[in-house]
Amino acid sequence: MKRYSMFAVAREGLNYHLGWGRAWRNPAPKKKYDVIIVGAGGHGLATAYYLGKNYGIRNVAIIEKGWLGGGNTGRNTTIIRSNYLQDPSAAIYEKARSLYETLSQDLNYNVMFSPRGLLMLAQTHHEVRGYRRTVYANNLQGVTTEWIGPERVKQIVPIMNIHGPRYPVLGALYQARGGTARHDAVAWGYARACSDMGMDIIQQCEVTGIRQVNGKVTGVDTTKGSIDCDKLGLVVAGHTSVLADMGGFRLPIESLALQALVSEPIKPCMDVVVMANTVHGYMSQSDKGEMVIGGGTDGFNNYTQRGSWHHVEETVRALVETFPMISRLKMLRQWGGIVDMTGDRSPILSKTPLGNCFVNCGWGTGGFKSIPGSGWAMAELMARGEPGPLTEEFSMYRFREGKFIDESVAAGVAH
Amino acid sequence: MLILECPCCGVKAEETELAPGGEAHLKRFGPGSSDADFDSYMFARANPKGVHFERWRHANGCGKWFLAARCTATLEVFGTYPAQTTEPPAELQAYIKSRRPEWEGYK
Ligand SMILES: Cc1cc2nc3c(=O)[nH]c(=O)nc-3n(C[C@H](O)[C@H](O)[C@H](O)COP(=O)(O)OP(=O)(O)OC[C@H]3O[C@@H](n4cnc5c(N)ncnc54)[C@H](O)[C@@H]3O)c2cc1C
Ligand SMILES: [Zn+2]
Repeated sequence: MKRYSMFAVAREGLNYHLGWGRAWRNPAPKKKYDVIIVGAGGHGLATAYYLGKNYGIRNVAIIEKGWLGGGNTGRNTTIIRSNYLQDPSAAIYEKARSLYETLSQDLNYNVMFSPRGLLMLAQTHHEVRGYRRTVYANNLQGVTTEWIGPERVKQIVPIMNIHGPRYPVLGALYQARGGTARHDAVAWGYARACSDMGMDIIQQCEVTGIRQVNGKVTGVDTTKGSIDCDKLGLVVAGHTSVLADMGGFRLPIESLALQALVSEPIKPCMDVVVMANTVHGYMSQSDKGEMVIGGGTDGFNNYTQRGSWHHVEETVRALVETFPMISRLKMLRQWGGIVDMTGDRSPILSKTPLGNCFVNCGWGTGGFKSIPGSGWAMAELMARGEPGPLTEEFSMYRFREGKFIDESVAAGVAH
Repeated sequence: MLILECPCCGVKAEETELAPGGEAHLKRFGPGSSDADFDSYMFARANPKGVHFERWRHANGCGKWFLAARCTATLEVFGTYPAQTTEPPAELQAYIKSRRPEWEGYK
């Protein structure tokens, strides 16, 4: 792998930029690996990366049925924040957010982390109370957030109409170091670093079965033949139930479509991320100038990466009231991803009923922000075989025990 | 756009008229059951990629619950049927089998 730097740009410039080489190899699968990760989204790649970096486990394959980063990792609205309510969430999301701060340097790949600040608007009295409570919780957890009033909101986001009448802005939960990053670059940066450590990223290869002997996993069947492994990590977001079915167990997960859309590019008009949870609308401006908008999920099970039209309509209708100027914007593209929802809106990082098989899923509508922390924690879980401090609360068995990590009250939808 | 025919009132309802209610034909395990049975009934879901039986309510219509068979991989609707059943009607199962020969059948 060639290190990227200013000197490298200059050096390669002398050679008409023909000498860069590929960022990752495209290997054929070996017969056996120590660890196989299914799913080359951000979470799968980050898991592999920290297995190598933190635990020296490098005989690893990451198997992807499409192309790496082509799932939800390449389809999300890239919001990064850690202002969750419950302590276990704050721990893992803040770990992730803090890893984002130096991720470009760590990976030698520009992930364009932009901690531009993030506002969660309170547009009902219920939300005012909820977010003030979150601020107190965050202060206790060591996550820096503050409650700000409507005038301050207007100062930070001049294009916002704070007076309603339907959705007045009563204040906001403000996380100054929240923001965005380039989603593709996060996947590409981790992929390049994994490949550089000697790991095999095998794309266009679907896992079709999980092989087991005496209740322990021994390998996987794929469209490129069967591959053996000692440990298996399932990190496939919307397809988790399908893989769990191959492994012979069920999970508290339902797959739903979530949509996003972007406008034509316009001049810079909003330099923070705004989330309006009451109306299920989220907006930020990309570096290209597009307004990036996310909406709500459909209510019914779906694997098609296509969502229902009325959700787009509802999102845009509500945002137009809060941001009158966007009513004249043309929307350029709209797409969907299949999100893996749990009942308490918190993820699952867990051992499974199948020995040596681990699962990382349930990030639902909000797992881009957590990629580095989730990979860090999942690597620990897989390397040690037992949960560590970041994962112990996120077991798949917490439902049976009634130990929910309830984030659905904190944010109706959690991007 | 999802359109389901309500078997209670016969209206072909578009999805904004309907409220989804999740997986159908769950066997209820209440007080006195084992933890594993309760956990499985209360939380675990099949969530298949393919044929799915589910509950719907004609919320902005006649207000009644009914059941539907749908393909989650294509959004094809196989049919709807009354909620007062413990498993999908035989004709509906046969129809699904004709549309999806690889379907393992209702379990
Ligand atoms: C529209 C939208 C907006 C969002 N906005 C935000 C946001 O603003 N902020 C935020 O934090 N999060 C957001 N999210 C959520 C976030 O995108 C996801 O939680 C996160 O990307 C999940 O990453 P992942 O690596 O787990 O899954 P993915 O990126 O989906 O990767 C899973 C991979 O597994 C592969 N796979 C599946 N089955 C198999 C198989 N059988 N064999 C091999 N490979 C398989 C898939 O092809 C896929 O590439 C949003 C999601 C969507 C859809
Ligand atoms: Zn009806």
